[in-house]
Amino acid sequence: MIEQLIVLTVLRGCLYSLLALGMSLIYGVGRIVNLAHTAFFMLAAFGLYYFTVRLGWPISASIVVAVVGVAALGLLVYRYLLDRIRQHGAAVLIVTVALAMAIQELMLKGFGSLPGSIDPVLQGRREILGIIVYDQQLLTVGIAAAVIVILWLVLSKTKLGISIRATADDPEVASLMGISVSRTLMVTMGIGTGLAGVAAVLVAPLQGVIYYMWLAPLTMVLVIVVLGGLGSIKGSIIGAFIIALVEALVFTLIPTMAYLYTVAALAVMVVMLVVKPAGLFGTLFEEERL
Amino acid sequence: MLRRLLKDFRFGVLPVPGRLLAVIFFVFLLIIPVITGARYTLHLFNLIAIFAMFAVSWDLLSGYTGQVNFGHALFFGAGGYATALLSHHLGWQPWATVPLAAVIAALVGTLTSLPALRLRPPYLSLLTLAFPLILEQVLKAVPKEIAGGHYGLRGFAPLATSPVGEYYLISIVMTVSILIMWKLTDAGSKNIRTGLIFHAIREDEIAARATGINTIRYKILAFAIGGFFAGLAGALYAHVFSAVGPSVFSMVNSFTIIIYVVFGGIVSIYGAVVGVYTLYPLVELLRGSAIAGYRFLIMTGLVILVLLFMPEGVAVWIRDKIERECPRCKLSNVAWRKQCRACSAPLR
Repeated sequence: MIEQLIVLTVLRGCLYSLLALGMSLIYGVGRIVNLAHTAFFMLAAFGLYYFTVRLGWPISASIVVAVVGVAALGLLVYRYLLDRIRQHGAAVLIVTVALAMAIQELMLKGFGSLPGSIDPVLQGRREILGIIVYDQQLLTVGIAAAVIVILWLVLSKTKLGISIRATADDPEVASLMGISVSRTLMVTMGIGTGLAGVAAVLVAPLQGVIYYMWLAPLTMVLVIVVLGGLGSIKGSIIGAFIIALVEALVFTLIPTMAYLYTVAALAVMVVMLVVKPAGLFGTLFEEERL
Repeated sequence: MLRRLLKDFRFGVLPVPGRLLAVIFFVFLLIIPVITGARYTLHLFNLIAIFAMFAVSWDLLSGYTGQVNFGHALFFGAGGYATALLSHHLGWQPWATVPLAAVIAALVGTLTSLPALRLRPPYLSLLTLAFPLILEQVLKAVPKEIAGGHYGLRGFAPLATSPVGEYYLISIVMTVSILIMWKLTDAGSKNIRTGLIFHAIREDEIAARATGINTIRYKILAFAIGGFFAGLAGALYAHVFSAVGPSVFSMVNSFTIIIYVVFGGIVSIYGAVVGVYTLYPLVELLRGSAIAGYRFLIMTGLVILVLLFMPEGVAVWIRDKIERECPRCKLSNVAWRKQCRACSAPLR
């Protein structure tokens, strides 16, 4: 029982932290609530499906093309859609929602309403703490951990990371220091959608692809990002594991009503916001404080 | 009285193209049943009118007061389910259940505002997003005898005996509701202060509080008004379809009206109306055409394109093209006038 909880939490928590990191990053740096974030996740999953199953490419090449393609698409979407309307918060929101719906419609038209499945990279399975775990799931955990470490190194050590953090702190001062705010935001958006792409290629072989696969993760990711505090990297990782634990609790305690897991996560978020209005690690700027 | 109305029309409406268009639009709504008696057309216009009310109530709460609500479907669904439960379990007639449902939705709005008062914009939006999603799932889990479970409730009394009667009832309710909301948000009004206060809260809440406005009370009021009219729309919707299910609480329902409002122009009551009356019929028209399968793709593409080139919305963009405000007396003029019609100050 406890073992099952631990294993489930770690497995889901890694996926959720990958997704939440990208969403939190672009909000923290550009104050952009990208509701199309999990649509990019879906796009990468369908890309992998298309390249491996329909075109018969080797899996390694397909993974690279899917992730890089989605990251590049994120760059383009920022460059040609979001950059012009960044000042109008409502318009950004609607454009990302519309984009997500358009991607869903495209997937529905292109691949039909039936689910598709992809062969995992690693076929085996093993027993950990008495629970059967697929090797692909372990791969997910390993890659997620590696990606988080790399992201942390990039943000704290490189010049790019410094300009991203400077823009997040104060865009005006950053641009006075010679940082191009819109280029930084474009790169951040690319990193964010790239992370969603990594998450997609890792879990697509486990759960298959279907045209509405972006909706449930979107709710969960929003909950996580709010719980951890919008814009906080540490907060989104910790939030991801808390929500993964809540989900695991629902799955193990009331398996007959497992579909209520989003309700449980949303309820946690509501309680959290009532107790602590800026999330666990969120900070409010002086002018944003009430 | 009649002479005063005529004078208002001559000097207040005729010289301003935006107002003239609004009058023409309402006259057009009134004579639709004369042009066509087709049940389908009337039903379509009923739905559009209901969504117009729904969208305008969102604009009042989120556009004017700045409390960006991502879960407005909560109030819509609360109104729908309230009228459904009252007529299903108690057997009451629509004339009693619909107003009561609106009041219940206003109460739900007041309750929602309580946790929302402490929160800043993005958190507020995401908190409000959560409520209808929770309710949607919980309603599916509630036993069938109480609220109908997955399939919801169906088979309530119709609003009126004939389709034309129903059409006029809904059109009049819609027109009156939108006029009330327009008056409530009119910052220039001399008698009603709410419009000015809502604007002040959106622009700078701390400054509004510093001038002695009890912003908490007005934010609760905005939630209650928004909830009331959204609930009214939801109750009418339930009776027009004679059915209501958990899907009224879905995220799609909340976001559709936001798309309508932002497309038409946020923080302008007419923008919301224009958005609904353009996009809704467009999607319906496409449904009957050869490219029916692509209608949502076309709609989303259109929304993205429009927002790229007119981020303030279509209606506001058009209004700025055909009207110009006098720099001295702030009166609206036709864009092609050289001088203001009242104070003859040179325009531009």
